[in-house]
Amino acid sequence: MVADPVPLQLTAELFPNGISRYAVGGMLVGLGTVVIYVGTGIPAGASTFLESTLSYVSGQSRFQRYVSSRDWRVVFTLGIVLGALAFAATVQSGVITTSLYEAGTTGELYEVGGVTLWSTAVQPWRLFLGGILVGIGTRIGKGCTSGHGVCGVGSASKTSIVGVLTFLTVAIATAQIVAALGVSP
Amino acid sequence: MADRHPLFMPLILVGGLIFGFGLGFSQMARPEVVLHFLQFEDVGLLFVMFGAAIVSGIAFAVMPRLRDSAPLTGDRYERRLKPFDRNVLIGGAIFGVGWGLSGICPGAAYASLGVGNVTILWALAGMFVGAYLQGVWRSTHATTEVAPSDAD
Repeated sequence: MVADPVPLQLTAELFPNGISRYAVGGMLVGLGTVVIYVGTGIPAGASTFLESTLSYVSGQSRFQRYVSSRDWRVVFTLGIVLGALAFAATVQSGVITTSLYEAGTTGELYEVGGVTLWSTAVQPWRLFLGGILVGIGTRIGKGCTSGHGVCGVGSASKTSIVGVLTFLTVAIATAQIVAALGVSP
Repeated sequence: MADRHPLFMPLILVGGLIFGFGLGFSQMARPEVVLHFLQFEDVGLLFVMFGAAIVSGIAFAVMPRLRDSAPLTGDRYERRLKPFDRNVLIGGAIFGVGWGLSGICPGAAYASLGVGNVTILWALAGMFVGAYLQGVWRSTHATTEVAPSDAD
Protein backbone atom coordinates (compact mmCIF):
# COMPACT_ATOMS: atom_id res chain seq x y z
CA MET A 1 0.00 0.00 0.00
CA VAL A 2 1.36 3.39 -0.94
CA ALA A 3 0.81 5.88 1.84
CA ASP A 4 -0.26 9.38 1.00
CA PRO A 5 2.11 11.80 2.75
CA VAL A 6 -0.47 14.56 3.33
CA PRO A 7 -2.80 12.64 5.64
CA LEU A 8 0.25 11.10 7.33
CA GLN A 9 1.63 14.54 8.07
CA LEU A 10 -1.73 15.71 9.31
CA THR A 11 -1.94 12.65 11.56
CA ALA A 12 1.48 13.44 12.99
CA GLU A 13 0.43 17.00 13.72
CA LEU A 14 -2.84 16.05 15.35
CA PHE A 15 -1.40 13.12 17.29
CA PRO A 16 2.18 14.08 18.22
CA ASN A 17 2.13 11.55 21.08
CA GLY A 18 0.23 8.83 19.23
CA ILE A 19 -2.98 7.44 20.64
CA SER A 20 -1.83 4.36 22.59
CA ARG A 21 -1.27 5.95 25.98
CA TYR A 22 -4.63 7.70 25.73
CA ALA A 23 -6.49 4.59 24.62
CA VAL A 24 -4.85 2.37 27.26
CA GLY A 25 -5.52 4.93 29.99
CA GLY A 26 -9.10 5.31 28.79
CA MET A 27 -9.67 1.56 28.78
CA LEU A 28 -8.44 1.42 32.39
CA VAL A 29 -10.87 4.20 33.30
CA GLY A 30 -13.58 2.13 31.63
CA LEU A 31 -12.44 -1.00 33.45
CA GLY A 32 -12.71 0.78 36.81
CA THR A 33 -16.25 1.81 35.89
CA VAL A 34 -17.08 -1.75 34.82
CA VAL A 35 -15.76 -3.30 38.05
CA ILE A 36 -18.11 -1.12 40.08
CA TYR A 37 -21.03 -1.60 37.68
CA VAL A 38 -20.75 -5.39 37.52
CA GLY A 39 -20.57 -5.71 41.30
CA THR A 40 -23.13 -3.10 42.30
CA GLY A 41 -25.15 -2.07 39.24
CA ILE A 42 -24.06 1.53 39.84
CA PRO A 43 -22.87 3.62 36.86
CA ALA A 44 -20.54 5.81 38.91
CA GLY A 45 -19.75 9.40 37.96
CA ALA A 46 -17.17 11.61 39.61
CA SER A 47 -18.94 14.94 40.08
CA THR A 48 -21.79 13.82 42.37
CA PHE A 49 -19.10 13.44 45.06
CA LEU A 50 -18.99 17.25 45.26
CA GLU A 51 -22.63 17.53 46.34
CA SER A 52 -22.85 14.28 48.32
CA THR A 53 -19.83 15.35 50.40
CA LEU A 54 -21.39 18.76 51.03
CA SER A 55 -24.30 16.92 52.68
CA TYR A 56 -21.97 16.20 55.62
CA VAL A 57 -21.74 19.92 56.39
CA SER A 58 -24.88 21.47 54.89
CA GLY A 59 -28.52 20.67 55.50
CA GLN A 60 -29.66 22.08 52.12
CA SER A 61 -32.19 19.75 50.52
CA ARG A 62 -30.21 19.65 47.29
CA PHE A 63 -27.30 17.98 49.11
CA GLN A 64 -29.34 15.86 51.54
CA ARG A 65 -30.79 13.85 48.62
CA TYR A 66 -27.33 12.26 48.27
CA VAL A 67 -26.97 11.15 51.90
CA SER A 68 -27.47 7.46 51.07
CA SER A 69 -24.57 7.38 48.60
CA ARG A 70 -22.19 9.86 50.23
CA ASP A 71 -20.06 7.29 52.06
CA TRP A 72 -19.21 5.14 49.06
CA ARG A 73 -18.62 8.21 46.92
CA VAL A 74 -15.91 9.29 49.38
CA VAL A 75 -14.37 5.82 49.02
CA PHE A 76 -14.59 6.02 45.20
CA THR A 77 -12.84 9.40 45.17
CA LEU A 78 -10.22 8.18 47.63
CA GLY A 79 -9.63 5.25 45.28
CA ILE A 80 -9.12 7.61 42.34
CA VAL A 81 -6.56 9.66 44.30
CA LEU A 82 -4.70 6.53 45.49
CA GLY A 83 -4.85 4.91 42.04
CA ALA A 84 -3.22 7.99 40.52
CA LEU A 85 -0.65 7.95 43.34
CA ALA A 86 0.07 4.31 42.44
CA PHE A 87 0.66 5.46 38.87
CA ALA A 88 3.05 8.14 40.16
CA ALA A 89 4.91 5.64 42.36
CA THR A 90 5.35 3.13 39.54
CA VAL A 91 5.26 4.44 35.97
CA GLN A 92 5.92 8.12 36.67
CA SER A 93 8.80 7.18 38.99
CA GLY A 94 10.34 4.81 36.45
CA VAL A 95 9.86 1.68 38.61
CA ILE A 96 7.77 0.31 35.76
CA THR A 97 9.03 1.41 32.36
CA THR A 98 6.79 1.56 29.33
CA SER A 99 7.19 3.19 25.95
CA LEU A 100 3.72 4.66 26.48
CA TYR A 101 4.94 7.02 29.20
CA GLU A 102 6.89 10.18 28.54
CA ALA A 103 7.70 12.65 31.28
CA GLY A 104 6.68 15.51 29.00
CA THR A 105 7.70 19.13 29.09
CA THR A 106 4.71 20.66 30.84
CA GLY A 107 4.43 21.39 34.53
CA GLU A 108 7.12 20.44 37.00
CA LEU A 109 8.41 17.06 38.15
CA TYR A 110 9.68 16.80 41.72
CA GLU A 111 10.64 14.02 44.11
CA VAL A 112 9.39 13.16 47.58
CA GLY A 113 10.77 10.06 49.29
CA GLY A 114 11.85 8.43 46.03
CA VAL A 115 8.45 8.98 44.35
CA THR A 116 8.42 11.21 41.28
CA LEU A 117 5.49 13.59 41.55
CA TRP A 118 4.17 16.14 39.08
CA SER A 119 2.66 19.58 39.54
CA THR A 120 0.92 21.87 37.09
CA ALA A 121 2.12 25.26 35.88
CA VAL A 122 -1.42 26.40 35.01
CA GLN A 123 -2.10 29.54 37.01
CA PRO A 124 -4.10 29.18 40.24
CA TRP A 125 -6.71 31.79 39.22
CA ARG A 126 -7.56 29.71 36.15
CA LEU A 127 -7.88 26.57 38.26
CA PHE A 128 -10.01 28.25 40.93
CA LEU A 129 -12.31 30.24 38.64
CA GLY A 130 -12.58 27.32 36.21
CA GLY A 131 -13.22 25.00 39.16
CA ILE A 132 -16.16 27.13 40.34
CA LEU A 133 -17.73 26.95 36.87
CA VAL A 134 -17.05 23.19 36.69
CA GLY A 135 -18.75 22.76 40.07
CA ILE A 136 -21.82 24.74 38.99
CA GLY A 137 -22.02 23.36 35.45
CA THR A 138 -21.54 19.64 36.10
CA ARG A 139 -24.21 19.65 38.79
CA ILE A 140 -26.76 21.66 36.82
CA GLY A 141 -25.95 19.75 33.63
CA LYS A 142 -26.52 16.35 35.30
CA GLY A 143 -23.02 15.04 34.80
CA CYS A 144 -19.39 15.49 33.93
CA THR A 145 -16.79 13.84 31.72
CA SER A 146 -17.20 10.52 33.54
CA GLY A 147 -20.94 10.53 34.26
CA HIS A 148 -22.02 11.78 30.82
CA GLY A 149 -18.84 11.03 28.87
CA VAL A 150 -18.10 7.49 30.03
CA CYS A 151 -21.27 6.06 31.61
CA GLY A 152 -23.81 8.06 29.61
CA VAL A 153 -22.15 7.69 26.20
CA GLY A 154 -21.48 4.03 27.07
CA SER A 155 -25.23 3.72 27.66
CA ALA A 156 -25.95 5.39 24.30
CA SER A 157 -27.95 8.02 26.21
CA LYS A 158 -29.09 10.84 23.93
CA THR A 159 -29.10 13.23 26.90
CA SER A 160 -25.47 12.42 27.62
CA ILE A 161 -24.37 12.65 23.98
CA VAL A 162 -25.94 16.11 23.74
CA GLY A 163 -24.34 17.02 27.08
CA VAL A 164 -20.89 15.91 25.92
CA LEU A 165 -21.19 17.75 22.59
CA THR A 166 -22.24 20.87 24.50
CA PHE A 167 -19.42 20.97 27.03
CA LEU A 168 -16.81 19.80 24.53
CA THR A 169 -17.71 22.49 21.99
CA VAL A 170 -17.84 25.26 24.59
CA ALA A 171 -14.58 24.07 26.20
CA ILE A 172 -12.78 24.10 22.83
CA ALA A 173 -14.02 27.62 22.09
CA THR A 174 -13.07 28.82 25.59
CA ALA A 175 -9.58 27.31 25.52
CA GLN A 176 -8.92 28.77 22.06
CA ILE A 177 -10.07 32.24 23.14
CA VAL A 178 -8.06 32.14 26.36
CA ALA A 179 -4.96 31.06 24.41
CA ALA A 180 -5.56 33.75 21.77
CA LEU A 181 -5.68 36.35 24.56
CA GLY A 182 -2.15 35.31 25.41
CA VAL A 183 -2.90 33.61 28.74
CA SER A 184 -0.28 30.87 29.21
CA PRO A 185 -0.06 28.56 30.92
CA MET B 1 -26.44 2.43 55.01
CA ALA B 2 -26.86 -0.73 56.99
CA ASP B 3 -26.97 -4.23 55.50
CA ARG B 4 -24.47 -3.56 52.77
CA HIS B 5 -22.57 -6.52 51.44
CA PRO B 6 -19.14 -6.70 53.15
CA LEU B 7 -17.43 -6.55 49.75
CA PHE B 8 -19.33 -3.43 48.63
CA MET B 9 -16.83 -0.84 49.88
CA PRO B 10 -13.71 -2.86 48.93
CA LEU B 11 -15.08 -3.21 45.39
CA ILE B 12 -15.80 0.53 45.13
CA LEU B 13 -12.22 1.17 46.29
CA VAL B 14 -10.74 -1.25 43.73
CA GLY B 15 -12.83 0.31 40.95
CA GLY B 16 -11.64 3.76 42.01
CA LEU B 17 -8.00 2.61 42.09
CA ILE B 18 -8.16 1.32 38.50
CA PHE B 19 -10.08 4.42 37.40
CA GLY B 20 -7.48 6.74 38.99
CA PHE B 21 -4.51 4.76 37.68
CA GLY B 22 -6.03 5.02 34.20
CA LEU B 23 -6.48 8.79 34.48
CA GLY B 24 -2.85 9.08 35.55
CA PHE B 25 -1.68 6.81 32.73
CA SER B 26 -3.66 8.73 30.09
CA GLN B 27 -2.15 12.00 31.42
CA MET B 28 -5.63 13.48 31.56
CA ALA B 29 -4.74 14.29 35.18
CA ARG B 30 -2.48 17.01 33.74
CA PRO B 31 -4.42 20.21 32.90
CA GLU B 32 -1.79 21.15 30.31
CA VAL B 33 -2.51 17.97 28.34
CA VAL B 34 -6.25 18.72 28.37
CA LEU B 35 -5.63 22.32 27.27
CA HIS B 36 -3.39 21.13 24.43
CA PHE B 37 -6.22 18.84 23.37
CA LEU B 38 -8.79 21.64 23.42
CA GLN B 39 -6.38 23.84 21.42
CA PHE B 40 -6.04 21.02 18.82
CA GLU B 41 -2.31 20.64 19.50
CA ASP B 42 -2.73 16.96 20.47
CA VAL B 43 -6.19 15.52 20.01
CA GLY B 44 -5.23 12.02 21.17
CA LEU B 45 -7.08 12.70 24.41
CA LEU B 46 -10.34 11.91 22.58
CA PHE B 47 -9.34 8.27 22.87
CA VAL B 48 -9.46 8.42 26.66
CA MET B 49 -13.19 9.06 26.60
CA PHE B 50 -13.81 6.80 23.61
CA GLY B 51 -11.77 3.97 25.12
CA ALA B 52 -13.54 4.29 28.46
CA ALA B 53 -17.00 4.63 26.90
CA ILE B 54 -16.49 1.57 24.68
CA VAL B 55 -15.31 -0.61 27.57
CA SER B 56 -18.12 0.50 29.88
CA GLY B 57 -20.60 0.35 26.98
CA ILE B 58 -19.92 -3.36 26.56
CA ALA B 59 -20.75 -3.95 30.23
CA PHE B 60 -23.88 -1.79 30.06
CA ALA B 61 -25.06 -3.80 27.05
CA VAL B 62 -24.09 -7.29 28.21
CA MET B 63 -24.72 -7.40 31.98
CA PRO B 64 -28.53 -6.95 31.86
CA ARG B 65 -28.69 -10.01 29.59
CA LEU B 66 -26.50 -12.17 31.81
CA ARG B 67 -28.01 -11.46 35.20
CA ASP B 68 -31.11 -9.84 36.65
CA SER B 69 -29.36 -8.03 39.45
CA ALA B 70 -25.94 -7.05 40.79
CA PRO B 71 -24.49 -9.49 43.34
CA LEU B 72 -23.43 -6.95 45.97
CA THR B 73 -26.55 -4.75 46.01
CA GLY B 74 -29.37 -6.71 44.41
CA ASP B 75 -29.96 -3.66 42.21
CA ARG B 76 -31.12 -4.22 38.66
CA TYR B 77 -28.60 -3.61 35.89
CA GLU B 78 -29.69 -0.49 34.08
CA ARG B 79 -28.13 1.90 31.63
CA ARG B 80 -27.33 5.45 32.71
CA LEU B 81 -30.23 7.34 31.16
CA LYS B 82 -31.19 10.79 32.38
CA PRO B 83 -34.11 12.89 31.19
CA PHE B 84 -33.22 15.69 28.80
CA ASP B 85 -34.13 19.28 29.58
CA ARG B 86 -32.52 22.65 29.02
CA ASN B 87 -30.43 22.21 32.20
CA VAL B 88 -28.29 19.75 30.24
CA LEU B 89 -27.45 22.55 27.78
CA ILE B 90 -27.10 25.34 30.36
CA GLY B 91 -25.05 23.24 32.79
CA GLY B 92 -23.01 21.73 29.97
CA ALA B 93 -22.13 25.20 28.64
CA ILE B 94 -21.09 26.46 32.11
CA PHE B 95 -19.02 23.30 32.65
CA GLY B 96 -17.47 23.83 29.20
CA VAL B 97 -16.30 27.35 30.05
CA GLY B 98 -14.80 26.08 33.31
CA TRP B 99 -13.15 23.07 31.66
CA GLY B 100 -11.74 25.21 28.83
CA LEU B 101 -10.41 27.81 31.28
CA SER B 102 -8.82 25.38 33.75
CA GLY B 103 -8.19 22.16 31.79
CA ILE B 104 -9.57 20.07 34.63
CA CYS B 105 -12.77 18.12 35.29
CA PRO B 106 -13.84 16.46 38.57
CA GLY B 107 -12.47 12.91 38.15
CA ALA B 108 -9.24 14.16 36.62
CA ALA B 109 -8.87 16.65 39.48
CA TYR B 110 -8.98 13.86 42.09
CA ALA B 111 -6.42 11.91 40.06
CA SER B 112 -4.30 15.03 39.60
CA LEU B 113 -3.97 15.31 43.37
CA GLY B 114 -2.80 11.69 43.38
CA VAL B 115 0.02 12.25 40.87
CA GLY B 116 1.34 14.99 43.16
CA ASN B 117 -0.36 18.09 41.79
CA VAL B 118 -0.92 20.01 45.03
CA THR B 119 -1.78 23.15 43.04
CA ILE B 120 -4.96 21.40 41.84
CA LEU B 121 -6.42 22.06 45.31
CA TRP B 122 -7.34 25.47 43.87
CA ALA B 123 -9.56 23.73 41.33
CA LEU B 124 -11.01 21.32 43.90
CA ALA B 125 -11.80 24.23 46.23
CA GLY B 126 -13.46 26.01 43.31
CA MET B 127 -15.52 22.92 42.44
CA PHE B 128 -16.87 22.68 45.99
CA VAL B 129 -17.66 26.41 45.98
CA GLY B 130 -19.48 26.05 42.65
CA ALA B 131 -21.38 22.93 43.70
CA TYR B 132 -22.36 24.69 46.94
CA LEU B 133 -23.58 27.84 45.19
CA GLN B 134 -25.80 25.96 42.73
CA GLY B 135 -27.03 23.68 45.52
CA VAL B 136 -28.12 26.56 47.74
CA TRP B 137 -29.76 28.31 44.81
CA ARG B 138 -31.63 25.20 43.70
CA SER B 139 -32.61 24.19 47.24
CA THR B 140 -34.26 27.54 47.89
CA HIS B 141 -35.92 27.68 44.48
CA ALA B 142 -37.21 24.11 44.66
CA THR B 143 -39.31 25.01 47.71
CA THR B 144 -40.94 27.99 46.03
CA GLU B 145 -41.65 26.31 42.72
CA VAL B 146 -45.12 24.80 42.39
CA ALA B 147 -44.23 21.64 40.51
CA PRO B 148 -40.54 20.92 40.08
CA SER B 149 -40.26 18.76 37.00
CA ASP B 150 -36.51 18.28 37.29
CA ALA B 151 -35.87 14.83 38.68
CA ASP B 152 -32.38 13.92 37.63
